[in-house]
Amino acid sequence: MAKYAFFPGCVSRGGCPELYPAAKLICERLGIELEELAGASCTGAGVLQEKNQFLGDVLNARTFAMAEGLGLPILTICSTCQGVMSQANKRLKDDPEYLAKVNSHLAEEGLEYKGTAVPKHLLWIIIEDVGLEKLSSYVTAPLEHLRVAPFYGCYIMRPTDALGFDENPQRQTSLETVITALGGQVVDFPGKSRCCGFPILTINERNSVAMVAKHTTEALDLGADAMVTPCPLCHLNLDGYQPKAMSQTQRNINLPILHLPQLIGLAMGISPRDLGLQRHIISPSDVLGIVGAATP
Amino acid sequence: MQVTFKVQRYDPEVEAPKPYWSEYQVEVNEFTTILDSLIQVREDTDGSLALRCSCRSAICGSCAMRINGHAGLACKTRVITIASEGDTITIEPAGVMPVIKDLVVDMTPFWDKVKAVDPWLQPQGPEPEGEYLAPNEDMLHLAGVMDCIMCGACVSDCTVLEVDPNFLGPAALAKAYRFVADPRDAEDKARLGMLSDYTGIWDCTRCYECVQVCPKGVAPMDRIMALRDRAMHIGFDKTTGARHTDAFAELVGHSGWLDELKLPIKTVGMLNLPAMLNFAPVGLRALRRGKMPPILHKMLPNVENVRRIFRRIEPED
Ligand code: SF4
Ligand code: SF4
Ligand code: FES
Repeated sequence: MAKYAFFPGCVSRGGCPELYPAAKLICERLGIELEELAGASCTGAGVLQEKNQFLGDVLNARTFAMAEGLGLPILTICSTCQGVMSQANKRLKDDPEYLAKVNSHLAEEGLEYKGTAVPKHLLWIIIEDVGLEKLSSYVTAPLEHLRVAPFYGCYIMRPTDALGFDENPQRQTSLETVITALGGQVVDFPGKSRCCGFPILTINERNSVAMVAKHTTEALDLGADAMVTPCPLCHLNLDGYQPKAMSQTQRNINLPILHLPQLIGLAMGISPRDLGLQRHIISPSDVLGIVGAATP
Repeated sequence: MQVTFKVQRYDPEVEAPKPYWSEYQVEVNEFTTILDSLIQVREDTDGSLALRCSCRSAICGSCAMRINGHAGLACKTRVITIASEGDTITIEPAGVMPVIKDLVVDMTPFWDKVKAVDPWLQPQGPEPEGEYLAPNEDMLHLAGVMDCIMCGACVSDCTVLEVDPNFLGPAALAKAYRFVADPRDAEDKARLGMLSDYTGIWDCTRCYECVQVCPKGVAPMDRIMALRDRAMHIGFDKTTGARHTDAFAELVGHSGWLDELKLPIKTVGMLNLPAMLNFAPVGLRALRRGKMPPILHKMLPNVENVRRIFRRIEPED
């Protein structure tokens, strides 16, 4: 059984409370053992970094040192956490002097980051560590007639040098790979790697909602029944602000947005209620009809 | 080896013009660039294909286009780095800007934005006899941003420009940074004030598209973040964007993780009734579904360690 230091991030316990239990459920089924990093702080989500990147790097180095202490790789369930951690890790590993300066702020807590942490999103872990064959072997309710549009979230796509895409080219198409392994049909669309608009939601709501409208209608027009995302921040916007996108565009969009673990859970035959699907703003009942699961 | 080029075409001179696709087989070797291939097509197969290029060596900035969905310089991209024998490469004109013909776009909106940030030095005091001099080391950090060749790749793929043509955009904002951060320029305050308004630095959604596609390593988004930091420092800290960043830092510095319920409230201000009412329908919908952050936000178990880090580092900045 593979074991990981679990970094749930803020949103899976905050604005998207359905994500945390869904992720834990499918990890258990897949034989992924989790030890939660209960004392780890927020990554800064790129916002703190606007003000002070060094501060963000110290916080992330602290989390990395905790995982090193456990001797475990880190499992994340948020594209933003993943990207911010990958970028911080690159800066820390590339420059020993910088690392030493960062570590001077951790000493009081008895921590030191040695530069060996491996933060990895569940999406990558499923492909690279669990393996697609094993994933498929757990599929009891293949998503045969479900047409799913992937939506990545910026931070798990760019900048590619921090995300290890050169060594791991499979990461570039990881969502499509997982959708296919679950038996679903991929709806490829240009917006899949674009921004969901969440970061400017309170600053320029009109633009933020326009992005939600653009991506969801584009996927809908290409025949998608649902969209899946490994990023809870994208979920907050694409699901939570879809009603506003509908008023902005005067279109009945109603495209269900699923968290990655929910899509996997459905294919494993886990009940929609346990996956928290009743908690979405856009009802996923049509999706449940297509995959033959009962609406919670 | 042979690859297929699938090129988006547009001919403004036909009746009711609309985009269509043409496909070309091209023989390439390990050195052939996308631009070489397209020129070969134009010369040997289809003289009607319109494209723009000049230097062929990533200097002039003429040949930006979308290659397999992402903007880049055709002359800097070698075919073998993105395709194998028999593959198809998709070529489209740069995004956001209007297409004139095939792969040639109208860069007027690009130049208008650059002009809008007053891209010239505005020094203070009497004019010196010779040049406005600055010590080398004060200018070194600007070398990266001065590498911009005005190709428009970043603008093509900017997520905000896609939905809002008024946004100043990555290239112009990087140019603005170049002058704000120039030690000889005296108009920082006026510049940062203008940039703090709608269409400026706070409208960027931090999507990294511009950083990823820029062929010159200008990293426009990083410059925009540096501008945000400078704007807040110089006193433009009451904009919604600045308040959002400050509130985020304050909340994480207090409990160790983000209190999502308090963030929007702190950002717009409890007393800002219209903004608070605007949150209400979304909040109620979320509440009905149980899609809500916990009302009681718990502290991290060892939060004192996080607070100490914030106390020590924040003032240093
Ligand atoms: S990071 Fe900002 S400026 Fe750059 S492409 Fe994204 S939205 Fe545009
Ligand atoms: S910042 Fe980079 S991508 Fe944008 S115009 Fe300048 S060189 Fe081109
Ligand atoms: S032709 Fe000059 S940059 Fe490509």
